[in-house]
Amino acid sequence: MNFLEIKDVNKTYETKQVLHDISISVPKQSIYGLLGPNGAGKTTLIRILNQITMPDSGQIFLDGKPLSKDDIANIGYLPEERGLYKKMKVSEQAIYLAQLKGMDKQEADKRLRHWFIKFGIQNWWNKKVEELSKGMQQKIQFIVTVIHEPKLLIFDEPFSGFDPINVNLLKNEILELREKGATILFSTHNMASVEELCDNIMLINQGKKILEGSVSDIKQQYKQHKYDVVYKPFDCSEVTRLTVNATNPNELVRDIINKGEIVSLNEILPSMNDIFINLVSSSNN
Amino acid sequence: MKIGIIIKREYLTRVKKRSFIIWTFLAPLFFAALMFLPAILMLNSEKFDEKKTIAVCDESTLFLGKFDNTDVNTFVYIESDINDAKNMVREGVYDGVLYIPRTELNLPVNAEIYSMKQIPMTLSEYINSTMQKTIEHQKLLASGIDPDIVKAAHTTINVQSIRMSENENVEKKTYSEFEFMLGIFLAMVIYFVIFIFGGQVMRGVIEEKTNRIIEVIVSSVKPFELMMGKIIGIAFVGLTQFLLWGVLTLGIYGIVSTFLPVQDVFSSGSVMSEQIMESAADTDSQEMLTQVFDVIHSINFKAILWCFLFYFIGGYFLYSAMFAAIGAAVDSETDTQQFATPISMLLIIPMVCSTVIANAPDSALSLWLSMIPFTSPVAMMLRIPFGVPIWQVVVSVALLFATFVVFTWLAGKVYRTGILMYGKKVSWKEIFKWIKY
Repeated sequence: MNFLEIKDVNKTYETKQVLHDISISVPKQSIYGLLGPNGAGKTTLIRILNQITMPDSGQIFLDGKPLSKDDIANIGYLPEERGLYKKMKVSEQAIYLAQLKGMDKQEADKRLRHWFIKFGIQNWWNKKVEELSKGMQQKIQFIVTVIHEPKLLIFDEPFSGFDPINVNLLKNEILELREKGATILFSTHNMASVEELCDNIMLINQGKKILEGSVSDIKQQYKQHKYDVVYKPFDCSEVTRLTVNATNPNELVRDIINKGEIVSLNEILPSMNDIFINLVSSSNN
Repeated sequence: MKIGIIIKREYLTRVKKRSFIIWTFLAPLFFAALMFLPAILMLNSEKFDEKKTIAVCDESTLFLGKFDNTDVNTFVYIESDINDAKNMVREGVYDGVLYIPRTELNLPVNAEIYSMKQIPMTLSEYINSTMQKTIEHQKLLASGIDPDIVKAAHTTINVQSIRMSENENVEKKTYSEFEFMLGIFLAMVIYFVIFIFGGQVMRGVIEEKTNRIIEVIVSSVKPFELMMGKIIGIAFVGLTQFLLWGVLTLGIYGIVSTFLPVQDVFSSGSVMSEQIMESAADTDSQEMLTQVFDVIHSINFKAILWCFLFYFIGGYFLYSAMFAAIGAAVDSETDTQQFATPISMLLIIPMVCSTVIANAPDSALSLWLSMIPFTSPVAMMLRIPFGVPIWQVVVSVALLFATFVVFTWLAGKVYRTGILMYGKKVSWKEIFKWIKY
């Protein structure tokens, strides 16, 4: 069952078409990575999902129903360019933004206290945002994104600008949110995080989808049948390490058994980084 | 309603600011001080005046005994040479010396006052007017005219302008100097509040754009809702400020006038002005007071208050929508000039014409400026104390409100595109393109 379904979305700004017939399917309770170089159209697509911009054509379904104004309460959005009112108290600000998402004031207050306890930041309640460090503000921004317990979470470059400690915290929170039933869509340049977190990805370049699928399938699809082999030849006491091309792993094993004693044998799967660079540069040509 | 939440935030964050509280409470004190201090100072003027002894070195001998001694000023007639007199001033015997040089043919028209410290203006004015009267007296005598006849012929004319209406029974005394002043005052107030609160809207928009909270907010509410919420919230801030100013000013006025006999303040004021303008000598202070009340009663304050409210709201909405669009189009406050200046000019036009309008409130220029929505808030405030036909007010307000509806709609379009646009130097052409989207 797909929680989010985007069908043939097009968007043109003035003369430049930034999205060409984009379609994606995001299964419920999965993490979906939106990959692509700068200016590929990721942010435009994300803004369309948040109903900040309207698509020229195409349809979007959330939980099987066409996306509507009421879905604002079902979506949590952490934009790439993010900030808070500097002069406003942290708690007032978070409650205000939660209210704009349609939450009741008392309920927002209650949940905010829960989050403050969870992050151990109770003493920030009455502080102004300008008194907080950048890392502290990032925590608040994250809380603001999730406080209304949205079913769909959209993070635009969530790891950019976050310090390593907060990146880690964010990753754990994202995984926890999925466990609790949320569907997560995020755009990123950070390929390591894609391998770590994403169930499915889409690669977009110049407004066109060039790849979509599950991370493991894609890796299989783009593997170059390379194996990392470590073995100890019969005529030598030192171990040898080789990278071998082979179409059939069984034949490879047979081959090596004849030469020496196998220490380890692993298939080398391409990293998402390599796939990304290869596909983007070939589609640019 | 989400717009209600936005209005509440915009309102509360501003009303809770220290600058708002200080300005709200200090301004009425300042106004009260402006109202009462001159009167209080005048009442106690003797306490502030230093006693002065002035030597009169009159070579013409025309002014002997003409200067009267008062509580503060003592005149001593001396026969010594002016240089000796100056030395005596240096030694501190006298505070100053009035030197009237001898003239051969004509009556003296020049005099000099030498002093170490500046002579008070009231004193030099007194000396001036006394000498003037003495010389005029001399001249009249020389021409064989009895100065008493001239004095008797002196008349104060009071031209009362009375505005008529179709109805024979309705005739209204008018006091155009007062109406003129009131018109200028009201126009200044509306001009400043539109700029102050319109500027707040613009800065608020820029703040949201530069601190990048805007994208989070527009994912929850429509940009138009956010813009309107901000404009309405700040309008309430303005209205709160007016209300508090009104209440506080009346309160302070009430307190001060119970402790200070207002009657005294008024009459002492008129006594003082009598001393300065001798011509008003026959005006009894009581009569002056009744005239003040007469002027106050002749003004329809209720109508003025309603008009002020309507034009403030209409003018503020029209201009703040434009200021919001500017705020959305630029990246920082320093970039606002190229857009804010032409828009400000629209509001400055009636200010530049203010004396012309107040001087001829029913002229064609006044009529047109009070009809054109961009200039009508200021122009109508200039006209309103003189009384404006009701149909003109209705048409003008209707035009103003219709324009502000259209302009908020257009501004909303610019705003919607502008707030998510960063790092782009925006031109007027670009803005018109956004309107067409």
